[in-house]
Amino acid sequence: MLAVESSVTESTQADPGTAKRTMIGVKGLSLVFETNDGPVNALSDINLDIQEGEFVSLIGPSGCGKTTLLRVIADLEQQTDGSITVNGTTPEDARLNRLYGYVFQASALLPWRTIQQNCALPMEISGQSTEHQNKQIDKYLSMVGLNDFHKKYPWQLSGGMQQRASIARALCIEPDLLLMDEPFGALDEITRDHMNVELLKIWEQTQKTVVFVTHSISEAVMLSTRIVVMSPRPGRVVSVIDSPLPKMKHLGLRDTEAFHALSAQIRAALAHEHAID
Amino acid sequence: MLSRIVREKWFAIASFIVLIIGAWYLFALLMNGNQLVKNYERRNMDWTISSVVAEAYQVKRPMLPAPHQVIDELYNTVFDTRITSKRSLVFHTLITLQSTLLGFLLGTALGILIAVGIVHNRTLEASLMPWVIASQSIPILAIAPMIVVVLGAVGLTGLVPKSIISMYLSFFPVTIGMVKGLRSADRLHMELLHTYSANAHQLFWTLRWFSAQPYLFASLKVGIAAALVGAIVGELPTGAQGGLGARLLSGSYYGQTTQIWSALFMAALLGSVLVWLVSLAEKVLLRRRGLAHE
Repeated sequence: MLAVESSVTESTQADPGTAKRTMIGVKGLSLVFETNDGPVNALSDINLDIQEGEFVSLIGPSGCGKTTLLRVIADLEQQTDGSITVNGTTPEDARLNRLYGYVFQASALLPWRTIQQNCALPMEISGQSTEHQNKQIDKYLSMVGLNDFHKKYPWQLSGGMQQRASIARALCIEPDLLLMDEPFGALDEITRDHMNVELLKIWEQTQKTVVFVTHSISEAVMLSTRIVVMSPRPGRVVSVIDSPLPKMKHLGLRDTEAFHALSAQIRAALAHEHAID
Repeated sequence: MLSRIVREKWFAIASFIVLIIGAWYLFALLMNGNQLVKNYERRNMDWTISSVVAEAYQVKRPMLPAPHQVIDELYNTVFDTRITSKRSLVFHTLITLQSTLLGFLLGTALGILIAVGIVHNRTLEASLMPWVIASQSIPILAIAPMIVVVLGAVGLTGLVPKSIISMYLSFFPVTIGMVKGLRSADRLHMELLHTYSANAHQLFWTLRWFSAQPYLFASLKVGIAAALVGAIVGELPTGAQGGLGARLLSGSYYGQTTQIWSALFMAALLGSVLVWLVSLAEKVLLRRRGLAHE
């Protein structure tokens, strides 16, 4: 009943002309959760390649497995079938090689640590010198616009500031792979727009690979070089859309024809799947 | 509005105290009066209600001393007696305090150690937890003399056996609280540290230990009160010459009910102050660490 129409995955191809390495390679990946109500197909036959330096958004309604896929990449879940490589190794090895910067939906700052101490946390764990830690903290806190908040505790900051601090924390280790799970989901639209622009600036400066989970079409269009549209029951990829927009975008782009066309394309892909459902 | 609530609160507290004191005087009259009347009748003396009432509150060795008698005794033995004297209640309180604090420190250390072991090792949990619980279902009064005898055989007397008994009671709440506390770390924080590839040691010192702090302090409050009980119980079988326990024991040997009651009051006061001090430390520490805020 579910697989009347086999999930059509558009062939993923590397940017023509650039010989970039494959950062994430997902082949025939499935994940089945055993629950009390029987097995749940969280991910079904996912095929996806993400090149180094890409900004890829995973978009879809809740339950489509976009967060689960991100968690599999980050070695927070294990697939039940298929394979995944990150930087040529397993996610576990990639994690042990400290490749990841993971930003959760909630800021996940430790309440007993100041913002500075929170940002220092991943560097403490990887054993960096205090000198290097402070240098990185200063650099990235100012990049996210939290210059004078080193000594503040998380609860003294607004939700948006907390989330920015958690992004700075992820950036401090300059991870090869930035994994973001609806990082701006809890923010108001004005703050979210602002954060999107900031994130693009940071991405341009650092040239890192970003995998970004969102359920906002405009956010996906605004940020991504490629958009992966997913659908629930079972969680699968229904369409992979390359963005024709320039890499660096500004808020003004949102009123252009190209922006609207891409949004419409994503909306159609989402709606098409819902019609089947 | 607020002042009304405060007024009402104080009114409630005051009424409650008045009620308790009233009931106490009533029972003192009934219990001591009954004794007096029996005495009169045995000696064929005349008595009136008013003479019984007048005398009931001034008996030398009452069944139940009246509140003012206990306060009198407390005042005399605290303020009107030299601290070095064996009649001084402060002298005895300090002795008990000493073993309470040592027992509390030992108990806290042991409690945390066991909890850390249990949290990090499933086998340890299965093998240790039943003993931890069994240890507390044995009446301390039964085990205290054995501890004293065994330690006495290896030459340890005085402060150490009392502190060990105190530790025996106070480690338990710390273990239970810390096992829960060390496991209370937020799932999101655990996953965050997992993505950083933190090892067990780092996980403990950056996350588990701090997540456990609120639980630790709740346990410490129970633990220090238990340590005090342990210290007093420890003074009963040791034939101790000093301490609130010794005071209770000699009071009951010689029918000095007033002495017993004043020692009980002092123990209650000491317990309250100790628990209050732990609360104070909790507030200061947790606030500094940003764990407690409005």
